[in-house]
Amino acid sequence: MNIMVVVRQVPDLIESLEIDASGSSLDWDAASFIINECDDHALEQALLLKEAAGGTVTVVALDQGDVDNTLYTAAAKGADRIVKIPVDDGWHPSPRAAAALYAEAAKDLAKDLVLVGVQAHDELDGVLAPALAAALALPYVGVIRGVQAGSEPGSVVACKEFPGAVMARLDVRLPAVLGILGADQPPRYVPVSRIRAAMKESRFEEPAVAAAPAASLVSVHKLYPPVSGTRAEMLVGSESDIAGRIAAILAEKGLLK
Amino acid sequence: MSAHDVLVVAEVQRQALADITLELLAAARGVAEAGGGQVICLVLSADGTPFVPALAPADRIVLVNDPQLADYAPDPFVAAAFEVVAAEQPRAVLVAGTSVGWDLAPLLASRLQAPLVTGCKSVTADGPGLVVDVSFCGGKMMAEVAVGQSPAVLMIMPGSYRAATAAGAARVETREPASPLPAGAVRFREWVLPEAGDVDITQQDVLVAVGRGIQQKDNVELAEQLAQALGGAVCASRPAVDQGWLPATRQVGKSGMTVRPKLYLALGVSGAPEHLEGMDGSELIIAVNTDPKAPIFDAAHYGAEVDALDLLPALVEAVGAKKG
Amino acid sequence: MSVVPTDAGVELLEQLGKTGSGTSPLGCMQCGMCAASCPLGAAMEFPPRKLILQTMAGNLDKVLASPSLWMCVGCYTCSHRCPRDIELTDGLWPALRDRSMQAGFQPPGELQETFQNLFKYGNTLGKSPRQRLDWAKGLDVPVLDLSKESRPVDVLWLVGCYPSYYPRNHAVTRAWARIMTRLGVSWGVLGAKEKSAGECERMFGEEGLFETLVEENRKLLGAQQFETLVTLDPHAYRALHAYYPRFGAWYPVQHYTTFLAERLDALRGMIVKPVEATVTYHDNCCVGRRCGCYDPPRALLQLIPGVKLVEMDRHHDNALCCGGGGGGMWLDAHIVAHGGHRLSDERIRQAAATGADTLAVSCPYELSRFEDAAKVAGLDGQVKVRDIIELLAESMDLGERSVA
Repeated sequence: MNIMVVVRQVPDLIESLEIDASGSSLDWDAASFIINECDDHALEQALLLKEAAGGTVTVVALDQGDVDNTLYTAAAKGADRIVKIPVDDGWHPSPRAAAALYAEAAKDLAKDLVLVGVQAHDELDGVLAPALAAALALPYVGVIRGVQAGSEPGSVVACKEFPGAVMARLDVRLPAVLGILGADQPPRYVPVSRIRAAMKESRFEEPAVAAAPAASLVSVHKLYPPVSGTRAEMLVGSESDIAGRIAAILAEKGLLK
Repeated sequence: MSAHDVLVVAEVQRQALADITLELLAAARGVAEAGGGQVICLVLSADGTPFVPALAPADRIVLVNDPQLADYAPDPFVAAAFEVVAAEQPRAVLVAGTSVGWDLAPLLASRLQAPLVTGCKSVTADGPGLVVDVSFCGGKMMAEVAVGQSPAVLMIMPGSYRAATAAGAARVETREPASPLPAGAVRFREWVLPEAGDVDITQQDVLVAVGRGIQQKDNVELAEQLAQALGGAVCASRPAVDQGWLPATRQVGKSGMTVRPKLYLALGVSGAPEHLEGMDGSELIIAVNTDPKAPIFDAAHYGAEVDALDLLPALVEAVGAKKG
Repeated sequence: MSVVPTDAGVELLEQLGKTGSGTSPLGCMQCGMCAASCPLGAAMEFPPRKLILQTMAGNLDKVLASPSLWMCVGCYTCSHRCPRDIELTDGLWPALRDRSMQAGFQPPGELQETFQNLFKYGNTLGKSPRQRLDWAKGLDVPVLDLSKESRPVDVLWLVGCYPSYYPRNHAVTRAWARIMTRLGVSWGVLGAKEKSAGECERMFGEEGLFETLVEENRKLLGAQQFETLVTLDPHAYRALHAYYPRFGAWYPVQHYTTFLAERLDALRGMIVKPVEATVTYHDNCCVGRRCGCYDPPRALLQLIPGVKLVEMDRHHDNALCCGGGGGGMWLDAHIVAHGGHRLSDERIRQAAATGADTLAVSCPYELSRFEDAAKVAGLDGQVKVRDIIELLAESMDLGERSVA
């Protein structure tokens, strides 16, 4: 099975996020970047499928953030090809625009299965995974936790996660795009010495991709931090007073059914 | 049909109507009213008739009943929704931010060539357009987004609105799809339900956490009672698990699980950094601890400086009374 | 059932032994001193003796796959007592752990996360590097950030991860800053640029990560001028003292207890009030047992009027480890799940048995481990856990209370 995986860089949330001078965009220069968590799971799922059924894993990323480290780590974990798509400095494409870039970069790539994280926390005006499916004219289903080779060739079995730990087992005829929430096991650890070895041995492919930036269909007026208090509002009184207050708060929030 | 109507896609999970549908109807009403439009509720299922009474807050209840909509597969749902939305041309389509919603909203928006906004916490009419407040970056940033094009597809986050109660016109229409719904390349095989007796604390809406302040194993029973009354489960901080009061599957924290329930009630939990890491994303945190300096109070929304063991029986009673 | 050494096994063992500084593991006579001395030996599938035996027999795969590979807490008791002087703790264990990860076996989850944190952020807690100096907010003595303003200093203080980020440790970190200032020492820190010295990473077997950190620290330290490095962390001390030189990075370095012990007279003159406490001192494993340094901490405690020093039954080189080294801070769940226990729970009871009301420590991990253990054992009303720095600062009136 030839699998394509898209990995994205997202702002690292351990740092506080800054808003730029325009007030309507994140200050990308002030942010530090890490791999999007769901994409990390997508990569793990791809590697598991390759280990079980053979084939190749090609990892594709835009040249942003800490992408080199991410791609070398992917190579160290077992990815066969690592592709870095050049983008203009400072351009952070919307999901639709990014989908067009990935589709263009991968047009000559054999892809039976495309795995992308179902969410990225910096998305707001689109979702990459289904947008990529549309750009590739492939079927799509998302919120997938676990994929296995199907009993028939050219198919996989995907588990779609529902609330209450309920799963829907789905048969997917390939080629298809899956929006990954989690893999059959957590992303594997690879020792740093292997990443360092990959830095010496692996090479990026850097296709020239002509991007026609698609205009966003929405406009962001402004960004603002959510309002939050710092310390708990302390409830006082006797135990029964406090218990009554808590019950009232829960009722107000619709938590008593 | 009118360009001022707002269409809600009802959230049906395994042939049961999910509560979030009523939140969507409340959101829809706010927007529809501003333009003098109607609230349309679209129900895609094998047979939506049993849901009609609960959907009273809608003005029109459009039932698309088809055996292909009994379980779940993306193509029949998207095709059925597309047909109705294309015919109705509402100003907005509201979809719940759920497992189905995360397929339906983007695929529908793609078919309609419509704008899509995710993470919506509130929607307001703004002249012919809409203004949407969006939460993103893991809840650390908000965005005010203007949407000019119509229809627009908006994914509403659960818990953003109170369930609608005021009744609408509630006219029911049943529609047949114009052509057979496509089965598509992704086919439903079966539901896989969790084993009875397993408690996955990461899937609970309500968690009652016990820490060292519970003092002994026998007191966990009291916490269980409260958890049951709230429709949730008991979880524990590491010391409680180390003591053998609860199994490791219930442990929250750095060396346990990370949870984000709607309610996290921390009883006798001090809130060491290792524990906070596992739960500080919870929507509502209420903490009870005799130590006013316990770090849990910096993470909690509400707190009480009393003995959890004294509070527990009172709380079980108060919750029972409030539920009526 | 006898175990037959294979040529491949013997060669492998020879290779693995090269990372340690002592005798080759091939010198092992299977006496079992290590397994009997190890505080978790009874719970290990492969205590040190069996690690050697099975590797020699060509059963490396079994060894690498075993969860007991991740039960060593780096206490050095086996190494200290080995009659053949084989470097087990610092040599064989990390080499086998490295092998295990290279072979694709996954270390325990919590430990994996710690590696990721170190790799991404240079600290074990996964905190932003930008917040590394937050402990100094509102401090009443000036803090020189050498990464912003480099000057020659007497002491380049490597603050460390837990002292920088962990709330309970802040009182100690701040008191140390005040003590150095009061002593008239010129000192500076590396601020947000500081990274972990890599001690624990090496012992966990993440040799690649250790090398990366050594390289980064060499660049940082190479740009500075200082008489000595000082650290509050015995593990960092050991790494800088014993392992950095192998990479050509030699720095004079002292653990704070040794640094202060050279200044006893000056300290004596600065003590203004007694601290009434019956104190028992817990010898940390790195500076204590491994480096044989037992007197300086006691000399410091005896400097304080009002302190009555009592010894636990297990003291000096026989002290029982708190369980936090060698990755232990992140292995408790794993250890308990495989039949072991938290050593700090055992040690706190030993401390209480002396009748002491204070357990004095000199390692950043021990504060939280022992306070936690005291709560679990129900001893938190009876025994307080304090770093020697806190006790000294109190007697010098340099504790938090004295901030205007």
